[in-house]
Amino acid sequence: MAIDPILARGDLRLTRITKSYGDFKAVDDLTLTIPKGSFFALLGPSGCGKTTTLRMVAGLEEPTVGSIHLGDTDITTTRPYQRPINTVFQNYALFPHLTIFENIAFGLRRRGIKDVKEQVDKVLNLVELPHLAQRKPTQLSGGQQQRIALARAIVNRPALLLLDEPLGALDLKLRRQMQIELKWIQREVGLTFVHVTHDQEEAMTMADTIAVMNEGKIEQMGTPADLYDDPETAFVANFLGQSNLIKGKIDGNDGDSVVINLFGQKISMPKARSHAVDSSLYAGIRPEKFRITRTGSAFRGNTLTGGRVEDVSYIGVSTQYVVAMPWGQELMVFEQNDDGVPPFNKGEEVVISWEPSFTFGLRGDEDIEAGTEVNPEETPE
Amino acid sequence: MSTKIKDATIPTIPFKARLSRWFGRNLLRIYMIFGFSYLFIPVAYTFAFSFNDSGKSNLIWKGFTLDNWQNPCGAPQICNALGNSIKIGLLATTFATILGTMIAFAIGRYQFKGRSSSNLLIFLPMATPEIVLGASLLSLFLVFKINPGFWPTVIAHVMFCISFVVVTVKARIASLDPRLEQAAMDLYANELETFRRVTLPLVAPGIAGAALLAFSLSFDDFIITNFNSGTLITFPKFVYVAAARGIPAQANVIGSSMFFLALAIVIAGQLVNRKKAR
Repeated sequence: MAIDPILARGDLRLTRITKSYGDFKAVDDLTLTIPKGSFFALLGPSGCGKTTTLRMVAGLEEPTVGSIHLGDTDITTTRPYQRPINTVFQNYALFPHLTIFENIAFGLRRRGIKDVKEQVDKVLNLVELPHLAQRKPTQLSGGQQQRIALARAIVNRPALLLLDEPLGALDLKLRRQMQIELKWIQREVGLTFVHVTHDQEEAMTMADTIAVMNEGKIEQMGTPADLYDDPETAFVANFLGQSNLIKGKIDGNDGDSVVINLFGQKISMPKARSHAVDSSLYAGIRPEKFRITRTGSAFRGNTLTGGRVEDVSYIGVSTQYVVAMPWGQELMVFEQNDDGVPPFNKGEEVVISWEPSFTFGLRGDEDIEAGTEVNPEETPE
Repeated sequence: MSTKIKDATIPTIPFKARLSRWFGRNLLRIYMIFGFSYLFIPVAYTFAFSFNDSGKSNLIWKGFTLDNWQNPCGAPQICNALGNSIKIGLLATTFATILGTMIAFAIGRYQFKGRSSSNLLIFLPMATPEIVLGASLLSLFLVFKINPGFWPTVIAHVMFCISFVVVTVKARIASLDPRLEQAAMDLYANELETFRRVTLPLVAPGIAGAALLAFSLSFDDFIITNFNSGTLITFPKFVYVAAARGIPAQANVIGSSMFFLALAIVIAGQLVNRKKAR
């Protein structure tokens, strides 16, 4: 029994999904709703369970516990070919014995559609490769194969399109170009895209909503800006970009702000951005949010004095400093080269300042190294 | 500075050095010529003596004739023997290929109890001396009161061909990306359609290769056949018996024909592959 593709159009809901392999839980009690029409990214390091989650949605794995709904239809145990869901596989998985045309027509023909030419031609035009229809997959470049894999999936107009590290095999330049194209195609066809990746930049470029996964669980979910500006855990703070995390203590409240003592220096931050559960916390500030000034010049907002420039790297668009603080911690500071002020020298005494609203607060018992040891560029699972 | 190099006369290379350089460059080619000669001189000899106006014994060249080619069934019993061998070969190939392919899929694709031991057992018939297999099969048939003849021979051939089919097809299955089948299922093909549209076409070259191998193994098997065929004459048996009195030139005709047929199949296969890759 195939699922009615009209009825099954709606949000994808994963409810308390667990997938165990022996004692190992690849996915651990995961609940997630992916709204219809969105470009959703599951982001995380290798082995975090994101690909397993995707395979359960596709029907290639069955959850040990939990249910999957598409719209109002329960699809937890249906076969992959019964689901109005198509996948762009990691290495494309184009059928080597069929022409590009027949690869794309495969899904249409299996659903008993006789006149496939118009639809195949249309989708070939969409991916801008109409001249390759009669070629075999091995005669195509990686980028072309990637587009054909996408065309083969979207020609079926599925309720849900799954992309499993779709750009992983492409070189950097092509990857950037495909990121923009994928986003454009998603808007053009209006399908729900669920994208699995270990590349935070890729997720941030394309997705409306990102769920950051770690060890089978969702760490945090939100828009790219939410996740970057207000991470709730050290893992998210470190996995998406770089962070300075400074140990501190909450000293009291001041209206909507909390006052924090960082090794004897007082700063403030919005109460809403503190995720601490008790008085101990880590104050987090992104390196580019810091301003660096000479001792004695004017500063506003939060300041930390007593810093000494340890290292200077000029990288064109910005200058990156490593500043040693009196309590022994080294902070990263990225300064835009837009003010004509010559860079600071190694050994100079400096003051660091920043807008209080840029601060985020993490629980004081967090492992501040979480998410830093994982190399996002390692081979995906 | 550079003028110095310009002015220097180009030294002539001594003959000995030139010779050794020539050998160095062509050593592989020479080796190849010897290698292929070794392989093909017997075939060429067989082919040449198929034109021998031999009379009784085809050992000495007595003159060129096309008689043997015009009348390949001229020697008594030879075409009867050939027909039997082809019939046995085709039947054995069909059964061995079907059964062997199924075993290969089972071992190559599924996890089940006894998988690794089946994997090992499948190799055993290949490693067992044919003389032992032939003799034991005969005693087995006799225990079950089955007289040697056509069908016992077919059964024996299926038995020793299966292992080769399994090994050949399994290698092909192992190189098949499981994601292709997953992709087919993802694209609305059920299990049967996935097998028919994706798995089978991709494994087909392996199955075809296995079938050719099975046929050639069956066609020229002598030892096992000799035990189990009773009074039935197959082509290898015919040649063996004839060798005592002198092999007729028609045997060379048939041997050469089989060789060219095999060659044609290989070339056709290559052409199809090249066309596919285009």
